[in-house]
Amino acid sequence: MSTAATEKGETLAKHRYDERDRRLVLAHVGVAVGALLIGAIAGLLQVMERAGWIRLPAGINYYQMLTLHGVLLALVFTTFFIFGYLYAGLARTLDGRLVSSSRKWAWIGYGMMTLGTLLAAAHILMNEATVLYTFYPPLQASPWFYVGLALLVVGSWVASAVVIINYVHWRRRNRGESSPLFAYMALATVILWLHASLYVAIEVVVQLIPWSFGWVDRVNVPLSRTLFWWFGHALVYFWLLPAYIYWYVNIPQIIGGKILSGSLPRLTFILFLLFSIPVGFHHQLTDPGIQPFWKFLQVALTMAVVVPTLITAFSILGTFEMAGRARGAKGLFGWVKKLPWGDVRFFTPFMAMIIFILGGAGGIILASYQLNQLVHNTWFVTGHFHMTMASTVGLTYLAALYWMIPILRHRRLTPAINRLGIIQTVIWTVGMMLMSVTMHVVGLMGAPRRSSFSTYGGHEIVSSWMPHLQLISVGGILLFAAILLAVYILIHLWFFAPKTDRPAEFPIGVVYERASEPPRILERWSVWIGVSVVLSIIAYAVPLADMILHPAPGALPVRPW
Amino acid sequence: MDIPRYERLWLGIGIGTLILFLLITGYMGFSMGLHPTDGMERTVEPEKVTRTPPFDNPGLERIGPNEYVLTSVSFVFGYDPKEVTVPAGAKVHFRVTSRDVIHGFYIPGTTVNMMVEPGHITEQTYTFDKPGKYLVLCHEYCGSGHHLMQGTIYVKGE
Repeated sequence: MSTAATEKGETLAKHRYDERDRRLVLAHVGVAVGALLIGAIAGLLQVMERAGWIRLPAGINYYQMLTLHGVLLALVFTTFFIFGYLYAGLARTLDGRLVSSSRKWAWIGYGMMTLGTLLAAAHILMNEATVLYTFYPPLQASPWFYVGLALLVVGSWVASAVVIINYVHWRRRNRGESSPLFAYMALATVILWLHASLYVAIEVVVQLIPWSFGWVDRVNVPLSRTLFWWFGHALVYFWLLPAYIYWYVNIPQIIGGKILSGSLPRLTFILFLLFSIPVGFHHQLTDPGIQPFWKFLQVALTMAVVVPTLITAFSILGTFEMAGRARGAKGLFGWVKKLPWGDVRFFTPFMAMIIFILGGAGGIILASYQLNQLVHNTWFVTGHFHMTMASTVGLTYLAALYWMIPILRHRRLTPAINRLGIIQTVIWTVGMMLMSVTMHVVGLMGAPRRSSFSTYGGHEIVSSWMPHLQLISVGGILLFAAILLAVYILIHLWFFAPKTDRPAEFPIGVVYERASEPPRILERWSVWIGVSVVLSIIAYAVPLADMILHPAPGALPVRPW
Repeated sequence: MDIPRYERLWLGIGIGTLILFLLITGYMGFSMGLHPTDGMERTVEPEKVTRTPPFDNPGLERIGPNEYVLTSVSFVFGYDPKEVTVPAGAKVHFRVTSRDVIHGFYIPGTTVNMMVEPGHITEQTYTFDKPGKYLVLCHEYCGSGHHLMQGTIYVKGE
């Protein structure tokens, strides 16, 4: 009997994780939780310093904490969680376990990523790499900081290869069938990641490492910024797609509903693969050295992600409605009341979705060709990505950890912990509204992002920001409390929750029986990889050639901290 | 592919709005000239920029009745010139470069918002209609004194 589960409802025997898979996933999750805690402490110190409430003790500086906060939460927490989650879901949906030979590679990838993280974090703590997580040259960090980042990225490539190996292994034995939805989405996610992270790897390995070791004098600044953002925007979709997997695949099972369609979720992921990469110029709209035509073209491509986002909104709400009606809901909106609001596995990602609506609206403003001028590099931006990333992605990841850890540790998610998880989400949501909405407001009033406390010599406009800074700080403290509570819950689930012989199962939704088979073309990866590469070439070839063939004079390293 | 009827409608409205939005912003950009900040000119090596025209003599230059060019150099942690004064209604063409790292040149309360990169000249034009004291600040992290990097533009009433 098969122990794998797919959206066709093929779950015949009780699934139990292979001991070796269990350890692998838990190792990834453990690093993610550690990074979450330390990153949150750095965030707390920073938000209080910015409001002028505290002075950081001698030697520690605001920008150092900001770098640590960004690197640990944006790069480390996300990447480790993502691979842990993808491995767990692949094991569940393909053969009940990972391909034996791939586990060794998974551990090698894990080792490289962990070593890279330690190297980068140590150099940040030694104040050798206070360059923020965007590390724009000619600010020059210690070469070992860049080596650490390169290890993190290359380690993630090895981990991506593990996902591919498992997919291919299944595909060979199941020719002509559509792959399980979870595996399909996992593969799309790592393809997106491999394509996008290639550009940051080029920046770090070809430009920054030789330059920081002193083997070359100068660095091409616009080129490095362009390579960074070619990767940098797709990076946020690399975080978002696993959250989408949760929404599309896990939630229907959790709430007793169906996946609305087998095709639309696949189409969504393909569209993200196509339109999340050739769009980095919308982060560089006010940069010199790029012709307006190319900026506008990339704005148009950026906006194309509206389509998969709308598909998702429709599909997920459709799933909710069907689940509610299956529980006997009546009337146009009666189904809303029938949803399991008291279940943390549903409530937490639901709040993530609500916050995503606000975050998405702000994102459209930011990427608008002209409006960007008003808000670029103000606190509006910070407010935006604390809604989309910290909340939409972060809350969804936490919700996944709330049920993954008990499954993997053979423990129970008790009603008491479930309630605590809901409280955690409520505190988070209140704190985030206070902090991020205020960041949007004060950004519109002109407050810059990424700046330590400053009155700018008592300038009038700056004093109008001050009351808002207090609100932001209060929001930040609530968020920190929410993270502490989350970490408490995770530790409890890991070590102290009651043991059980029959742990819950990794929830895999079933597709609505009237949905048709997904078209074959959606599974032809060579086509979609090809289109993704062609779009990248169209969007970048000319401006990039200009930067390389007619470069502005390079810049010498500077270390102004 | 099985796309439910209501979803077709929903996507149709969404995609239609998107196309309209892009046509409007595109028209504003390419027909009305409302592009974001840019600047295609390059400079000499950043560390030599203050010894080479025009950045050897940064400051305000009058080029017409109430129209000026402001040539400005950004550095850690300040702007040269630090302060300038123009009459109300002055149209100012900014030409800014950096002699070291990436900086920002941002005036809260206006649309002046530029990234300043070593090796490049960033350009933007703005008309100061309202008299007052305008704060210029750096909005791209440039080092430990980033939050102290500022300048002032005084706009004098008639």
